[in-house]
Amino acid sequence: MEASRIQSRASLATSPLLRRRRILSTMFQWLCLLFTLCGVLFLVALLYQVLRDGLGHLDWQFLSSFPSRKPELAGIKSGIYGSLWLISLTAVFAVPIGVAAALYLEEYAKPSRVRTLIQINIANLAGVPSIVYGILGLAIFVRALTLDRSVLAGSLTMALLVLPVIIIAAQESIRGVPGSLRQAAYALGATRWQTVRDHVLPSALPGILTGVILSLSRAIGETAPLIMVGAYSYVAFVPTGPMDDFTALPIQIYNWAARPQAEFHALAAAGIIVLLCILFLMNGVAVLIRYRSARSLK
Amino acid sequence: MSLHTTRLLSSDFKLLALVSFFALLTFIGCGGGETTGNASTNAASELSGTVSVDGSSTVFPISEAVAEEFRSVAPRVRVPVGASGTGGGFKKFINGETDINDASRPIKASEQDRLAAAGLGFIELPVAFDGISVIVHRENTWVDVLSVEELNAIWKPESTVMRWSQVRASWPNEEIALFGPGPDSGTFDYFTEAINGDGGASRSDYTASEDDNVIVTGVAGDRHGIGYLGYAYYVENKDAIKVVPVDPGSGAVAPSAQSINDGTYAPLARPVFIYVSTQSAARPEVKSFVEYYLDQAPKLVAEVGYVALPAAAYDVAKKRFAQGVTGSVYGGDRAGVAIDELFSQGVN
Repeated sequence: MEASRIQSRASLATSPLLRRRRILSTMFQWLCLLFTLCGVLFLVALLYQVLRDGLGHLDWQFLSSFPSRKPELAGIKSGIYGSLWLISLTAVFAVPIGVAAALYLEEYAKPSRVRTLIQINIANLAGVPSIVYGILGLAIFVRALTLDRSVLAGSLTMALLVLPVIIIAAQESIRGVPGSLRQAAYALGATRWQTVRDHVLPSALPGILTGVILSLSRAIGETAPLIMVGAYSYVAFVPTGPMDDFTALPIQIYNWAARPQAEFHALAAAGIIVLLCILFLMNGVAVLIRYRSARSLK
Repeated sequence: MSLHTTRLLSSDFKLLALVSFFALLTFIGCGGGETTGNASTNAASELSGTVSVDGSSTVFPISEAVAEEFRSVAPRVRVPVGASGTGGGFKKFINGETDINDASRPIKASEQDRLAAAGLGFIELPVAFDGISVIVHRENTWVDVLSVEELNAIWKPESTVMRWSQVRASWPNEEIALFGPGPDSGTFDYFTEAINGDGGASRSDYTASEDDNVIVTGVAGDRHGIGYLGYAYYVENKDAIKVVPVDPGSGAVAPSAQSINDGTYAPLARPVFIYVSTQSAARPEVKSFVEYYLDQAPKLVAEVGYVALPAAAYDVAKKRFAQGVTGSVYGGDRAGVAIDELFSQGVN
């Protein structure tokens, strides 16, 4: 009995049809691996080049100095401060509005044509090129509301840019909260507001925060809308309030990359490393939140 | 129940952590805002306020250098400098959003009209020369000089030149690869004005980039390539590309600090400008900055790769600013007029 089973398995393995299928399957696996490596390879090449060009210029002097016409004295301080101001203010505006909108759409709005219309609009807005938000920001915040070329105007524009992404991420997360949780709360006499506040929102929070951080990470790399709303390229002071003029990391990097002198190109690479570090840091926070939430749900 | 509470707490903790993270960032942002108001007691060091400069990316390095040096004279004055292009900068200037506009071409009549409509006046000041340089591949053995007519044949609108042999019969029968700045650039405006006789008129089937480094890379990588760009970019890439002397009919001249400064590199040497709003010029910090600009320009202009104007031109510019002479000296036929004479108009 045992022997015959082994033999039948062996004959099966050597059957030409099966072998062909296995070879095909393996080939497909390798093909997929190749394509996966394609993306990684480009990333590695990019990182290698940036690190090779920029690492030598990355020191405390670079991080703590203002830009200069002399490459050896130039630093990225105003860019770092500008970007941090921008992202912090963007979060202040975009997160409450985005989460509230998602809560309304998921928890309160009844399925209707209006709701579908809003939903389609948000999905479309998420795909609008960032420069369009820049033009909108220039017309509304800079000119109509006379906020001038301030970090506040830049943040509000960026908030518009990330809002659709935050709403969609928050909606997904809220949808993932099991209905039984809500029903249990209702069964104990909780109102809808109490249910949302004490149960739905806390359960959805990790997903929402991950979405928020990822969308803010996207915003910190944006250049076009900021140039549109009038971020400067040379700024030798740090903003001390939301109405101050500002520059941002990507603008400073572009400015250096477009200079004729090769030394400035190296500075641009060093600036890219700084930007990447901030991005990694933000993504790290997102991963940490996911990890902690996975642990606390156990 | 207790399990649920734990989860709530930990979520709250996370929110708190995130909020304090951003609060910290904001706090850090508030931190280094100290100004270095120290020692020197002359008038400029007492000044404060903001002088906002925007405009041409060609002029940007000069304004940046002046703004950087100005900090040591007037540490409390903020001078942010933008680079949204000559045209883009003028839009902001007309809106009253900036005090000074950097320009790599003279102000257009349409821009003057809109400024007048907005009730704003301007003072036009030349600050440096730029010599648009025509470049070819380093190993290009055939091109030793190009006349203005040949450049025009290559770059005019609807040009049918596709091969080098169509420019000169003795040149190789190889496809010509064209690189140049895009139509938003002041370099493009000036080159097309000087070569094609009409600012903005150019063939469009060429590789265009607003970043002159891309033009360098393009020409350096194509044996049959030709392109034009700002003088500073040629100087920095001398070993990667070859510059072509230009013959306006009176003999071939290559761009150099000397030939651009004395006007022999014609017609591709152009002055670049700053435009100061008369309303802003009344403010002491703006006045002080512009005076400092014209004072330091000869030294700083050369440092960032441009060519200084003749000393007489800076003197005239200073007088022009001191007397508040408004309006543009351009608009009519100015060919062959030296820059200091040109700007003497209206100056006593």
